[in-house]
Amino acid sequence: MKRSLMLVLVLLLALSLGVSAKTGPKAVMVTDVGGLGDQSFNDAAWRGLGRAEKELDAEIRVVESSMMTDYEPNLANLAESGADLIWAVGFLMTDALENIAPLYPDTKFGLIDAVVDAPNVLSVTFKDNEASYLAGVFAALWSETGVIGFIGGMDAPVIERFEVGFRAGVMDTNPDAEILIGYAGNFDDPGKGKELALTQYNRGADIIYHAAGATGLGLIEAAKETGKYAIGVDSDQTVLAPQHVVASMLKRVDNAVFFGVEALVKDEFISDHLELGLSEGGVGLAYSQGVEIPDSIKKAVGDANEAIAAGGIVVPSTRAEL
Amino acid sequence: MTINETSAKTGHQLERLWISLAAVGLALAVGAVVIIWAGRSPLLAYYALWDATFGSWRGFGEALVSITPLIFTGLSVAFAFRTGLFNIGAEGQLIMGQMGAAVAGYAFAGLPAAVHVPLALLSGALLGALWGGIPGVLKARLGAHEVINTIMMNYIALYFTHYLVIGPLKGHSYLPVTKQVLDSAKLWRFIPPTRANIGVFAALFMALVVYFILWRTTLGYECRAVGLNPDAAEYAGINVSHKLVVSMMISGGLAGMGGAVQVLGVQHRFYDMFGFTGYGFDGIAVALLGNNHPLGVIAGASLFGILARGSQNMQSMAQVPRQIIGIVQAAVVIFVTGEYAVRRFLERRRISVSANDFVSTTSGRDSR
Repeated sequence: MKRSLMLVLVLLLALSLGVSAKTGPKAVMVTDVGGLGDQSFNDAAWRGLGRAEKELDAEIRVVESSMMTDYEPNLANLAESGADLIWAVGFLMTDALENIAPLYPDTKFGLIDAVVDAPNVLSVTFKDNEASYLAGVFAALWSETGVIGFIGGMDAPVIERFEVGFRAGVMDTNPDAEILIGYAGNFDDPGKGKELALTQYNRGADIIYHAAGATGLGLIEAAKETGKYAIGVDSDQTVLAPQHVVASMLKRVDNAVFFGVEALVKDEFISDHLELGLSEGGVGLAYSQGVEIPDSIKKAVGDANEAIAAGGIVVPSTRAEL
Repeated sequence: MTINETSAKTGHQLERLWISLAAVGLALAVGAVVIIWAGRSPLLAYYALWDATFGSWRGFGEALVSITPLIFTGLSVAFAFRTGLFNIGAEGQLIMGQMGAAVAGYAFAGLPAAVHVPLALLSGALLGALWGGIPGVLKARLGAHEVINTIMMNYIALYFTHYLVIGPLKGHSYLPVTKQVLDSAKLWRFIPPTRANIGVFAALFMALVVYFILWRTTLGYECRAVGLNPDAAEYAGINVSHKLVVSMMISGGLAGMGGAVQVLGVQHRFYDMFGFTGYGFDGIAVALLGNNHPLGVIAGASLFGILARGSQNMQSMAQVPRQIIGIVQAAVVIFVTGEYAVRRFLERRRISVSANDFVSTTSGRDSR
């Protein structure tokens, strides 16, 4: 008796939450193990869904994966629960999506930073190297010492694109500049990031760019402490320390995620591989509002931007191409 | 063993079971408070927790996937602990096992599955044993503390495999992974489309093996003797340093085989995670919950696996963040260890009470 009452109660609760007042599609996302709060692409993707909730009245959910093995069941569970569009955020989910997408042909999937070729999957990659090139131009002109730093999370192909694009930008702008490169070996240790940053500042660097997730937050700490400068990554990190994070490379994961939901609403969703660069507005460089950016720098960055978009500059993406 | 002793032992085990269940209940209550505080429904959240594993075959299969590696790492930590060693390195041993199995899984083409699967499993176990054996030798020869060295070996494993997948063993155009293992090396999945695979039976079998070694062989007896008191063991003629090395190798081999099962059964290739998998560290908690006994390890691993799977379902069904399950897991560990303390206290009281009884009855007899 007591048990059946309990069951009814549970069902009622489940129903009351299951019925939604939203008119838009049910758009959900699965994060990689980094999860929300990374100040980086998981957060950016969630912002994109937030915008879809506001503007398209979408019903949104997020499931943060704790382990590598969570990706497949999380994607499958959301598909079973009737989601219309499921974003897999992060290239670590490539294999999982490859296995799950064919099982749910009526569900649409989106993938960030990698490509899966299936009729119900929209794959979005970003030309991180193009925006990193702009960051390089900026750094080369901003630096007074001519020593410029780069801090990467782990030495992997995705991060290599940032490093190589950045170095190309610096070298094309100031061939005499010295570039210091450091890899932290992780994406989640601000202490290690700070240590690397302080080392580079001590060796004469006065501006450092990072592609190191939460590890890079240590760089921002170090910049504040030493009074030197940093360039942020992925999300607009200039707001974290406007006096010191003078610019930030932007990777508009939010736009991509929103675009996917919008396409679904307009019935224009296609399985495709979108490569978003500067000309598509997929990546960019933001300036801090807290410092005066000389017009000469803005102009040089703007010129480089146009040249890349027009194809005049082809930015390398691997060390072999550099 | 007399009948009396057996029943006393069973009673003891039953009491332990009750303590563990009470600890889980208390921990869930703590979780419920936090969920209410976060403005969500604990009823719905715990329904989601239950539903994740027991609501469907699909969920059950995926729960097995979560449980399997924890059994291996739990056994690994438990075995070392029985020899008096803290193996914090199950994580690194598991990572090396993953790499060993992945390479053996794709490098040998043309083998029948009956040969390829054991070969790949063995490669993983051997690399794990090597990774555990090094701190074992350092401890036995130089007295270097295994806690420090196993932690260091974790980092070496992490960065060494990282180097391999972006360098010599790179198996994909842009992902930091090895090649996929061949079909002949994959473990059979028995609840399709889930990834539940026969690796779970391998885990249960290894629990049996660990039990057998520890309590039915001379080696196990000697290991446990070293664990209880190394000086006494040495005095009794047991080669202590030999036991330390062998125990660490067995411990590492178990974790390594766990990694191998993970690759051959679930992932089908080695992935650079940019960080630790967490199985090795959860294995410490699992061994603790299971009182370093194979049966207890299976129970602890099941609990943690079910909680892990449930934490994912709780997010989508009840919008409860995954951190809540972290709180519940931590609370279980605290309550179980706390309960041990309480029980020891109770036992001591019981002993002193029965001693008093003895005194009073004997004194009564005297007065008569």
